[in-house]
Amino acid sequence: MAAKWRPLIDKITGEFTKSLLVSAWFMFLTFPLMVIKVRPLERTIEWRWMNLVYIGVGAFFLSFIWRYLMSRKDGGGSEEEGESWQKKAGLRIRTDKKIYLPGLAAVVAFIVIFPFIFSGYQTQIMISALMYVMLGLGLNIVVGLAGLLDLGYVAFYAVGAYCYALLNHHFGVPFWIALPLCGALAALFGILLGFPVLRLRGDYLAIVTLGFGEIIRLILENWNEFSFGPSGIAGISRPDFFGMELSLREHTIYLYFIIVMLVLFTILVVSRLRNSRIGRAWIALREDEVACQAMGIDKTKTKLTAFALGATWAGLVGCIFAAKTTFINPASFTFMESAIILSIVVLGGMGSIVGVMIGAFILILLPEYLRAFSEYRMLAFGAAMVLIMVFRPQGIISGIRQRYEFHRAGQPEGTR
Amino acid sequence: MKPTKPALDVRALKMDFGGLRALDNIDLQIYHGEIVALIGPNGAGKTTFFNCITGMYEPTGGDMIINPVEREPVRINRLKPNVVTEHGLARTFQNIRLFHKMTVLENVMVARHCRTKAGIAGAIFRDPKTRKEEKEMVDFSYGLLDKVGLGQFVNELASELPYGAQRRLEIARAMATEPFLLLLDEPAAGMNPKETNELDRLIMRLRNEENISILLIEHDMKLVMSISDRIYVLDYGKMIAQGTPSEISEDPKVIKAYLGETFDA
Ligand SMILES: Nc1ncnc2c1ncn2[C@@H]1O[C@H](COP(=O)(O)OP(=O)(O)OP(=O)(O)O)[C@@H](O)[C@H]1O
Ligand SMILES: [Mg+2]
Repeated sequence: MAAKWRPLIDKITGEFTKSLLVSAWFMFLTFPLMVIKVRPLERTIEWRWMNLVYIGVGAFFLSFIWRYLMSRKDGGGSEEEGESWQKKAGLRIRTDKKIYLPGLAAVVAFIVIFPFIFSGYQTQIMISALMYVMLGLGLNIVVGLAGLLDLGYVAFYAVGAYCYALLNHHFGVPFWIALPLCGALAALFGILLGFPVLRLRGDYLAIVTLGFGEIIRLILENWNEFSFGPSGIAGISRPDFFGMELSLREHTIYLYFIIVMLVLFTILVVSRLRNSRIGRAWIALREDEVACQAMGIDKTKTKLTAFALGATWAGLVGCIFAAKTTFINPASFTFMESAIILSIVVLGGMGSIVGVMIGAFILILLPEYLRAFSEYRMLAFGAAMVLIMVFRPQGIISGIRQRYEFHRAGQPEGTR
Repeated sequence: MKPTKPALDVRALKMDFGGLRALDNIDLQIYHGEIVALIGPNGAGKTTFFNCITGMYEPTGGDMIINPVEREPVRINRLKPNVVTEHGLARTFQNIRLFHKMTVLENVMVARHCRTKAGIAGAIFRDPKTRKEEKEMVDFSYGLLDKVGLGQFVNELASELPYGAQRRLEIARAMATEPFLLLLDEPAAGMNPKETNELDRLIMRLRNEENISILLIEHDMKLVMSISDRIYVLDYGKMIAQGTPSEISEDPKVIKAYLGETFDA
């Protein structure tokens, strides 16, 4: 009887001592900072021993919980279960009309009335969240599908924004004409970046694309005659609505619906691309470059289409960004931006559309509503990222592949 | 029976890695409809030979020429791997290289890439032509999977298949590129005797029904002896013997190279 419990008791005592050690270590580390308080003016030292106790107890419990969760995770089983549960739920939601239709109707209704029931400020935040959804879905093509780690994605965003800003500033080109041009120009830049990095993979590719992003930003910052340098471009026109005069609020609502339509368009295109001849080639490239080439896929072409198509979305969003803020300068296109977009893709789940959308909402809306916590905002954000990456390394939602139903041998029928 | 021109004609092939000569003056011919085996001790250079003819390595010297049926001969030196595949050479890998996170069906569909056309516009608008091509691709791939006995696994992820099935999926995937010469790198490695038996029959069936030639690297001598028409033996980068299974199993040079290993033809 006792022998049966022996391993468990050993394990718990083991974890207990380990957690004690962790808490002691933390108390030692934070001692100078949290316990000793020197008042130079009064020339006194205050010893705040209570802080030491708080840290000790806190570190002990956190470490214990962490160890418990980790052991559960490594124990396996539970994760597999979670995965198949997700699969089943996903399939159910997509196939069962009773769940699917009312859900869809509710979502559509909410999206339509959103800008009318919430304030202009809320709508603005929603617009930027939706912009990041589009950026995330675009980068998802490059990183999630084709597996090319691109840390300079913001460069294409900048290209789109400056394309519209400059065209509008110099020639008064309206938004709707500039939008496709921005997409096309960004695609061109995608190919331009693609060529030199064709042979690179993984870390090397990441470094070079990072450099590319910085180069574009530095050019914009320093080439005053072309881009007006750090002072940027102001007075960019908002999207025109059949030549009618709109108030600021109406403009916001209009822009909201533009971005909603564009997000829907993006989802449609990306989901179709994903299950197409080209999309499968991207995924094959991600999975195994050597085998992919051996199966007759042109690596060069496939990589370039991924870069170009990914960049197109950044260009489109850049154009919207310029139209939304009516003012742009290079400070909006720093590496931080690329990092956030990449985080959206990784956090949401590489290759998954719903995952990327959830990722974008979490990463953009959460910090917005966490403003109350002001300085702890980024800390909480970082902690959330680390936790998700430890417990769901594949992202919140992992990409699901299309299923095909075959009714009789030789009589296949694709289900879309 | 043998037509005049070999399907694959390799002459004086050399491959150097720095100072190491991995392949030294290799001559090898495969005629249409033949099953040829390439054997040799570990590190003899068999996989290197495959990598050379499939364009993954650029050989240091020699000629590699293919003569597809009813088409002009092509010299395949310096061609990219995907172009070689388009010309009708398809291979499998010694260490399985499937696309793990794709379904079994998709693995085969990927290999149809070089025989289909749909572009970005087709993917986005899904016009009738693209839909038809896609449907044909699905049908074709399913047919192939059925043929290698993986019909019930179409929607599984490739990584979830049992080992033997993964090897067969690699063969189906290679077949989907419609090759006239199939290159198999140790297809029976890690299989149990029952699976090896099935593989034996599968290879024979592919040759007979699909009108292809097969070059296989294999360590399982029973399999090699039972299915090959001819055997080439490679040792330390040199071709030390070639001939029918019975000739090879009596060749003293081969027995010496394989000292310790027994033949049971
Ligand atoms: N890319 C490479 N760079 C340097 N040396 C290589 C390379 N590829 C193969 N070699 C060397 O070439 C020789 C032949 O290797 P190869 O893989 O062709 O052997 P093999 O006959 O396939 O052996 P096995 O039966 O173990 O698969 C070995 O000595 C190997 O170390
Ligand atoms: Mg080998």
